Amino acid sequence: MKNTVLFGTVAAASLAAGLASAGTLDDVKAKGELACGVSTGLVGFAAPDANGNWEGFDVSVCRAVAAAVLGDANAVKFVPTTGKTRFTALASGEVDMLARNTTWTFSRDVDLKFTFVGVNYYDGQGFMVPKELGVSSAKELDGATVCIQTGTTTELNLADFFRSNGMSYEPVPIETNAEAQQQFLSGACDVFTTDASGLAATRATFENADDYVLLPEIISKEPLGPLVRQGDEQWGDIVRWTLNALISAEELGITSANIEEMSAGTNNPEINRILGTEGDLGGMFGLDKEWAKRAIAANGNYGEIFEKNIGENTAIGLARGLNAQWKQGGLIYSPPFR
Amino acid sequence: MAMADQEAKQSFRLSMLIYDSRYRAMTIQVVALILFIIGAGWLVNNAAQNLAALGKPLSFGFLSQPAGYDINQRLIEYTSQSTHGRAAIVGLLNTLLVATVGCILATILGVTIGVLRLSKNWLVARLMTVYIETFRNVPVLLWIVFTMAIFIEVFPAPREFKGADPSATMKLWDSVALTNRGVFIPKPVFESGSGIVGIVFLLSLVGIWFFRRWARAKQEATGVILPTFWISLGIFFIPAIATQIILGNPISLEYPVLKGFNFKGGLHLRNSFLSLTAALVIYTSAFIAEAVRSGIMAISKGQTEAAAALGLRYNRIMSLVILPQAMRVIIPPLISQYLNLTKNSSLAIAVGYMDITGTLMGITLNQTGREMETVLLTMLIYLTISLIISTAMNVYNNSIALKER
Amino acid sequence: MKELSYVRTEMLPEQAPPPGQTGVVRWIRENLFSGWLNSILTLAAIAAVYFALKAIIPWAFDSTWNANSLSECRETAPGACWAVIHERWPQLLFGFYPNGNDGHPDQRWRIVVAFILLIVAVAPVLFDKLPRKMIWFSAVYPFVGFWLLWGGTIWGPLMVLAGFVLAYFTYRIVAAIGGNLLGVIVAILVPVIWWLFLAGPITGVLNGIANIGLPDVPSSKFGGLALSVTIGVAGIALSFPLGVLLALGRQSNLFIIKTLSVGYIEFIRGVPLITLLFVASVLLNYFMPPGTSFDIILRVVIMVTLFAAAYMAEVIRGGLAALPRGQYEAADALGLDYWKANRLVIMPQALKISIPGIVGTFIGLFKDTTLVSIIGLMDPLALTNAIRADQDWNGIVWELYLFVAFLFWIFTFSMSRYSMYLEHKLHTGH
Repeated sequence: MKNTVLFGTVAAASLAAGLASAGTLDDVKAKGELACGVSTGLVGFAAPDANGNWEGFDVSVCRAVAAAVLGDANAVKFVPTTGKTRFTALASGEVDMLARNTTWTFSRDVDLKFTFVGVNYYDGQGFMVPKELGVSSAKELDGATVCIQTGTTTELNLADFFRSNGMSYEPVPIETNAEAQQQFLSGACDVFTTDASGLAATRATFENADDYVLLPEIISKEPLGPLVRQGDEQWGDIVRWTLNALISAEELGITSANIEEMSAGTNNPEINRILGTEGDLGGMFGLDKEWAKRAIAANGNYGEIFEKNIGENTAIGLARGLNAQWKQGGLIYSPPFR
Repeated sequence: MAMADQEAKQSFRLSMLIYDSRYRAMTIQVVALILFIIGAGWLVNNAAQNLAALGKPLSFGFLSQPAGYDINQRLIEYTSQSTHGRAAIVGLLNTLLVATVGCILATILGVTIGVLRLSKNWLVARLMTVYIETFRNVPVLLWIVFTMAIFIEVFPAPREFKGADPSATMKLWDSVALTNRGVFIPKPVFESGSGIVGIVFLLSLVGIWFFRRWARAKQEATGVILPTFWISLGIFFIPAIATQIILGNPISLEYPVLKGFNFKGGLHLRNSFLSLTAALVIYTSAFIAEAVRSGIMAISKGQTEAAAALGLRYNRIMSLVILPQAMRVIIPPLISQYLNLTKNSSLAIAVGYMDITGTLMGITLNQTGREMETVLLTMLIYLTISLIISTAMNVYNNSIALKER
Repeated sequence: MKELSYVRTEMLPEQAPPPGQTGVVRWIRENLFSGWLNSILTLAAIAAVYFALKAIIPWAFDSTWNANSLSECRETAPGACWAVIHERWPQLLFGFYPNGNDGHPDQRWRIVVAFILLIVAVAPVLFDKLPRKMIWFSAVYPFVGFWLLWGGTIWGPLMVLAGFVLAYFTYRIVAAIGGNLLGVIVAILVPVIWWLFLAGPITGVLNGIANIGLPDVPSSKFGGLALSVTIGVAGIALSFPLGVLLALGRQSNLFIIKTLSVGYIEFIRGVPLITLLFVASVLLNYFMPPGTSFDIILRVVIMVTLFAAAYMAEVIRGGLAALPRGQYEAADALGLDYWKANRLVIMPQALKISIPGIVGTFIGLFKDTTLVSIIGLMDPLALTNAIRADQDWNGIVWELYLFVAFLFWIFTFSMSRYSMYLEHKLHTGH
């Protein structure tokens, strides 16, 4: 019933009385949909298309969790959050999980009382400059004007980088990606800095993308991952292991194409455990046996999601790099399912 | 019930609290106060519980921790190692800067346009009407992003000034550079001896004041009107310039020059500051113009005619008869326009001007995660600024109000 | 006596005035070149208009309406690229409201109908020549409008409406039996109980019997001008009763009530709307019991209402202050109590005087709805950013800003004209 809005205006108190703090899992099941905090629009990671359907790398994680918990990958309410509102939205219970390229840091984990359930993208802060500037290293940027998107760890990294290298700069703080592009393209700033993936996504939308280069320096570690509120271990486990299931699926070769065939039973006991034909892993945290199967079937495994949204064949064109499976020399690694 | 009976004997019944107009007012107030306290208590209690549950009880300790971020426009010393509190002060000063400059320019522009709107010149009056209706009927936030877009898209980038045959050049004999990073203008540099020039300048200001007093007294005594404007102008400039030349130019100008990525030296007026100021000024001036117009219109036509009958010229009718009276009508809406401009300056966030919303309620909020403290503190600061402005202006308003006796 | 043969008996025909004193020439001389200052102003104005038009006209007209991307535009015409408006105007007006492209039926007619009904609903408030009976439709409109926009079952809004009807009848009955005060208390309690405990289940039951409804449209689909109008109208409508109460409170001679009202009004007027919107987006949940969460549009409407109420109160206080003292005294002399005096004598007059001010507040509020773009709602201004994030339209600026400015201008300009018309009308009364 969507009448909560109207009833809310006349009796906001009743809403409050009804919702005692049961576990997040029960809440999500009761609501019949997962409230997932995403960014307001970053091509490839989370952006609404012309019809308002959300698509992207982060969005797929939300959909996988919804598929695992509710059995419907579309039972997600996407809540666009800005850099400022995201943590409040999660802390206040407006969203059940946050999948919004958020860097896992000590203070966010400990001081802000969140649980990062894993890393779905290893990123780092980089710099983009126009080619005609003739700069080949970030160390040559003394005195440059730098466009930064505010509301992230970027400002702090930037200040640290320039200070530790004894260089000066002129920061131009910008609220949205679109404005950053406008300023950068017109030459109002020499350098644009944000996470390297964001730079690549932004560069992909440029008319003359070849006139711009990313500098080789990556000045920070930015492990991005979904996060949940601290204190609800069951819910944290569900999101964590959904993500791990997507990663393991790629490692073990389970794809959206062959999942039906594989769930008939295979010789690999780990595949069987993930897909629920052997044992009852789902039952341990309050889900059914086929939770992981649904999660993988929703958008495919980690590799498929990567390729479809941000991979080398998309406009964004990110190489797997650090985000390759550990067997291919990357950092993507899931603990075993047993 | 026993109580009620007892009190009934003293000819007081509980129902009198409601039906007796002597007590009713008190009852209503007490009920209202209790309801208010319950309501406020409920909100505060909820907030306290929620914050405690999140493990971050209200604390302003973060203000003394290092901020870690840089701010481009700072009126006081600030580095990324300074505290969040200092960052907030830098932001506050930026807010005050844009509000002050904005109010002054908006008043000048608004009064000019308001007067011109009443001009007998058909074309000018129409043009001013178009100006007012265009600028006040479109949201100020749109004007802010619009002026920012003009700065970014229309003006050349610094790198276009480079090379043997640059596509852009500096204006005004190579002293001013209009770029899409802002405007670079010459900066005065004070060397030894500039103090003397400053003192001479201040002395000439005092001189002007005494001169005008003397001229007025003379006019009242003898009726002779001196050309006060030109003489004041002379006193304003000549002594200071003379000292400057005699002492061998202690105050010199530092010109901006293109160096590396950007112009160096001179004074850098950033385009965020310029576009915010410009947008606030054109938007607010449209409202001030309307206030001025209706203030002048409110003065009865008989006043103009009476003044004309005394043989005063148009300029003197305006400055001696109409405007002094119109001021009383204009000041109250003018106060609220000043307040609006100051409050609208918080939209700086849209163009990345680092005012108090950009620092305290922007980056500091993000870095520390202290929503409650930062937002409340920001509101408190704006409230204080607003109250100071309105108190000051009300004092002024009372000083020129008609003294009714 | 000598005959005076030179006295005329008939009038001479009127002569044409000298050529410099007639028609266009005279008009130009009197209006444009009456003095050296005026002449300079005229020339400056002509120059300004000339340069402005010279820059704008070729750009605006040497343009194209048909292209699929900015680069296609640039190939076709050197001027403006109106194609972006041609492609995106539905989004700028309706946001992400279901448009029939994703397989579900097109729902945008609901916004159009809601808007037309809105005009019908406000008409009797704005023009007093219309039949008074129409005011009943205005009272019902909030429920109709809500149902049309958000959809869902029709019984929900009806049940809420029933609460108000219930309150009215309870008051009539109880007040007749147990007195005025008891009537008011019971009339507040009964609908609250109704909404809290009965409305929900009864809605469910009625829904089971007859499932009349429109498809749900969640708040996240709202955007564009429709969002601005929704927030603006909801804000002004809800703030009106609150504003009346605050104005009465501020005029009251009860010290505590007056202090509370003044404190509230001055506090709200002293802080920028953006801080209140931040409260809506990041703090409001903290002030509610743990676990509460409600719709972001609702939160914004609450804060906008609280904001507008303070300004509304000041406008209405102006109206109250403008009433001659005699009106209050006459009402007292008739033996009316405070509420009756206000309802029957004071308010009808005070509100009538305040309408221009109320319209002014509404214009301001409507323009201020653009601020919601800062907290992540998709109003037209935020949509310009979203559109520019699209690869096809990357780098387009002026066309979008001008179109959005034009949308707002149409609304606010016509409202300010209405307000001037009203001032004119009210002025002749004195």
